[in-house]
Amino acid sequence: MKKLLIIGAGTAGTMILNKLYKKLNKKEWEFTIIDKDDAHYYQPGFLFIPFGIYEPKEVIKPKKDFIPKDVEFIINEVEEIEPIENKVMLTNGTKVDYDLLIIATGTIPIPEETPGLMEELWYKDIFDFYTYQGATKLAKKLETWEGGKFVINIAESIIKCPVAPLEFAFLADAFFKEKGIRDKVEIIYSTPLSGAFTKPKATALLSNLLTEKNIKVIPDFYLESVDNKEKKLVSYDGLEIPFDLLVSVPVNMGAEMVDNSNMGDEDDLNFIPTDKETLQSKTHENIFVIGDATNVPTSKAGSVAHFEAEVLEENIMSYVQGLPLEAKFDGHVNCFIETGFGKATLIDFNYDTEPLPGKFPFPVIGPMGLLKVTRMNHYGKLIFKWIYWHMLLTGKKLPVSTKMSMAGKQQSA
Amino acid sequence: MERLSINGLYVDVNDEGYFKFSDVWTKDIAKEVAKNESIVLTDRHYEVLNFLREKHHEGVPLSIRKVGKSGIVNIREFYGLFPGGPLKVSSKIAGIPKPVSCV
Repeated sequence: MKKLLIIGAGTAGTMILNKLYKKLNKKEWEFTIIDKDDAHYYQPGFLFIPFGIYEPKEVIKPKKDFIPKDVEFIINEVEEIEPIENKVMLTNGTKVDYDLLIIATGTIPIPEETPGLMEELWYKDIFDFYTYQGATKLAKKLETWEGGKFVINIAESIIKCPVAPLEFAFLADAFFKEKGIRDKVEIIYSTPLSGAFTKPKATALLSNLLTEKNIKVIPDFYLESVDNKEKKLVSYDGLEIPFDLLVSVPVNMGAEMVDNSNMGDEDDLNFIPTDKETLQSKTHENIFVIGDATNVPTSKAGSVAHFEAEVLEENIMSYVQGLPLEAKFDGHVNCFIETGFGKATLIDFNYDTEPLPGKFPFPVIGPMGLLKVTRMNHYGKLIFKWIYWHMLLTGKKLPVSTKMSMAGKQQSA
Repeated sequence: MERLSINGLYVDVNDEGYFKFSDVWTKDIAKEVAKNESIVLTDRHYEVLNFLREKHHEGVPLSIRKVGKSGIVNIREFYGLFPGGPLKVSSKIAGIPKPVSCV
């Protein structure tokens, strides 16, 4: 019997497991998946928790509910991969062998990377919202917070779900307005990039949202440290931003086992050098990488993991038959962006094409407006939770093209 | 699309002055682009520019952190060489696209 091993039972790992489980011959292949715990989080839901839109319990289910019964599910942490021996060592010293390895270990915020971020003010006046704990603690804080300087800071340019901080700012504006304290809150959005929007068409069509909602953007701010005494952010070039309440998007890193295995990129963020089209590891041909764990130049997002899974399924089937890897990932991303008050916008793009305006053809539900703020897009975002749990994780095919399509997009607008 | 005239050569750039095609880049062209940013290029600058071009060519997403870990300059020196927004300024001079997010 040959062994397929998947490390990581999050969005990407679970999807690819379910796809390959249906495709690979069970007389020839044994399946094993490893994760450090059994809680599967619907991560897009974290955004809604701080504002009381989602209850924390709505975003968790047991991982084992999404793993076929005869797949071995090991709950343990991987210490390191030994690619020469085709083995993976767990933290308890046990070794698991593989013939084919898929790494789907994702990325997590590491506040410890920034001096002062995780010190005395952590979870008092400084919060993250990309974790279950951060989102739920921030929800508690916002229940009683009376106003002041509300600073959203993005610590690093490569982060998971790059639109989430912007959505967070829009939802915060709506939340404080509905609470009747918007005039007591100054919303500041600070980013290491050149603006909240950086792509030409998106900037032209959406940047008015920031002025409309009175969100002040501080661009080119690259955070060096947080001063807990004076309650301010300090950048590498000495600029300062004072805050009363800081919502931080900390430096995002890949799993520690990537570093332990010396498989990371040279910027030590633990993202794995991966062929951007075939998703094969650049160093070992029987290792493939999917989702946020790769270093491919596209967004770290669930939709990306989904499109990658379609490509990877095809390439793995070719690989096991000794055929060339012909499926190519084009960097496709598709994301709804909540803009507050029950509306949202939608972007769809890839490695070569920036988000363009127009219509996105959605079978059954109907066309959605690209780079337009509509109620329909907001419903799309909400419906997505059901699709995630019932179709995406279980590896069902969605009626959305894997490769980005130009249908409905306007190139000159 | 606009055209930048540099020493009698024309370089196609976008609205923000970033090169359309990174392969037309030369050290001399970089020198002229840098002048518009009020920067006089030294060997240190060129080391950084070459690193950025190499990584861009490999299809690796760039970040200030990556330059800081390159072994060429640390982040403070990077700011010293290309003040303001070091990655966006150096990318423009290196003839590679502006570092962007997804929107």
